[in-house]
Amino acid sequence: MAALAFVELEEGQAKKSSLEAVSYASEVEGSVTAISFGQMADGELDKIGAAGASKVLHVTDEKLATPNIMAYASAISEAMNKEGSNLLVLAKSSLGDPVAARVAIKTNAAMATNVTELPDTSDGFKVKCSIYTGKAFAITRLSSEKKILGLKKNAISIKEDGGTAEVEAFSPATDDGDFKVQVTNREKATGEILLPEADLVVSGGRGLKGPENWGMIEELAKAIGAATGCSKPVSDMEWRPHHEHVGQTGVKVSPSLYIAVGISGAIQHLAGVNSSKCILVINKDEEAPFFKAADYGVVGDAFEIVPKLTEAIKAQQG
Amino acid sequence: MKILVCITHVPDTTSKISFTDGNTKFDKTGVQYIIGPYDDYALARAVELKEQHGGSITVLNVGEAETEPTIRKALAIGADEAIRVNAFPSDAFFVAKQIASVAKEGAYDLILMGRESIDFNGGQVHSMVGELMGLPSVSPVMVLDIEGSTAKIQREIEGGKEFMELDMPFIAGCQEPIAEWKIPNMRGIMSARSKPLQVVDPTDDGVQADVEVFELPPAKEAVKLVDPENLDELVNLLKNEAKVL
Repeated sequence: MAALAFVELEEGQAKKSSLEAVSYASEVEGSVTAISFGQMADGELDKIGAAGASKVLHVTDEKLATPNIMAYASAISEAMNKEGSNLLVLAKSSLGDPVAARVAIKTNAAMATNVTELPDTSDGFKVKCSIYTGKAFAITRLSSEKKILGLKKNAISIKEDGGTAEVEAFSPATDDGDFKVQVTNREKATGEILLPEADLVVSGGRGLKGPENWGMIEELAKAIGAATGCSKPVSDMEWRPHHEHVGQTGVKVSPSLYIAVGISGAIQHLAGVNSSKCILVINKDEEAPFFKAADYGVVGDAFEIVPKLTEAIKAQQG
Repeated sequence: MKILVCITHVPDTTSKISFTDGNTKFDKTGVQYIIGPYDDYALARAVELKEQHGGSITVLNVGEAETEPTIRKALAIGADEAIRVNAFPSDAFFVAKQIASVAKEGAYDLILMGRESIDFNGGQVHSMVGELMGLPSVSPVMVLDIEGSTAKIQREIEGGKEFMELDMPFIAGCQEPIAEWKIPNMRGIMSARSKPLQVVDPTDDGVQADVEVFELPPAKEAVKLVDPENLDELVNLLKNEAKVL
């Protein structure tokens, strides 16, 4: 009996958060089968194996090459039955969340999401879930035999010494009823580091005065390999696209380092970043509430500090 | 067009989160409750769709009697009638079962709700309701337009958006900028008092994910301020102390 891990492929590459799911499943159950849909780039199988899976069920059916929530849920349920899996682990995402909830109903599994740590199995099966938008945790007991866990980013580090995985072609049954939603187009920023996946994030707020000043944010992000984010007023004023909005009603991030530039730190913004491991705040107002939530702070003019910081980082990188 | 809008009754986004009874219960002292912010977007879009296409809006909440002021607010914003399933919303599975049970009776063209509640942030209920009813569910929806029996939708995905078309009925989990929040006016508040609010008993479905105890994150240490003239020191701290660069 192997645990199943859903590995999302992004332009053929396994998402980092999905590899975390593989490693998590491997820590819990030992034996892990991964399931992936569509074209897989060379070398990805090795990564999935190293993360802890011994087998990858690879679905190459053309009808399932692009994400389809209902059809993926059917296929994953079928895979759980086929593998005899009592545990499905996946990363929280716009695809993983709805697929997981549907699989939970199909397989009568108990589901927990925003899971932040390995389970406590000393007395049943309990997981720690982030709730109240990162302001608290719920220790949640899952009582059904089958369990589904949606992981918050950084719940576990990716293993690199798992082993090797073999590919098995998997052709799940498809049902016309699963193809009621027609995706007509997909617009996606290319070549950028995706915000929810990013290990480092640089965010800008109203203190930057206008979209024309984002160059220095992008420069800093580029120097450290970070994704860019923004506060709600910035996306409301359309200085930046909505998918960069970090906060209570936007993207919730949990990177290793979150750098906030010219963001005062309204409670709704903090709700989106409070799971970050380390927070650096740059703001000219020393009374900005964000400093209370920060690990490091620099009080001063962002227009002077950010370019200097980028230079200092580049200098130390040699 | 018949629209069902499911709302949560949740602590205001600025609430201090704390627990009582040995960290097993949420401490409601001094907490103001609101319609879930995402549900509020769903409701606002429902009101706009009703203005454009006619029809009716039913608002549904799974909750105990204390949620009725929140339900009345939804009626004041523009829902025509309300249903409260008289039960504590224990987990996503239980809530989805209740919603599906009510929705099956009503022949709704559209079932709208927020992308997630802001207390448990699960974001599972819309998909579960979809699966229980054999209907598509889409979330998080940023644009929702109806033409005839077809909906045109924009859904947010990581780093962009997806454009989709589907026929009603279906379920949508909503978020900004689908509509502007609506503030009830005096006439709405007056008329909400006399709009029907039906209380129904829950189905006897069990709970699969049971919270045993709550925890608060450890207190944050005071911020370490670095002189803006000494950014090399900052880089050093990020690299060697925090080990994040």
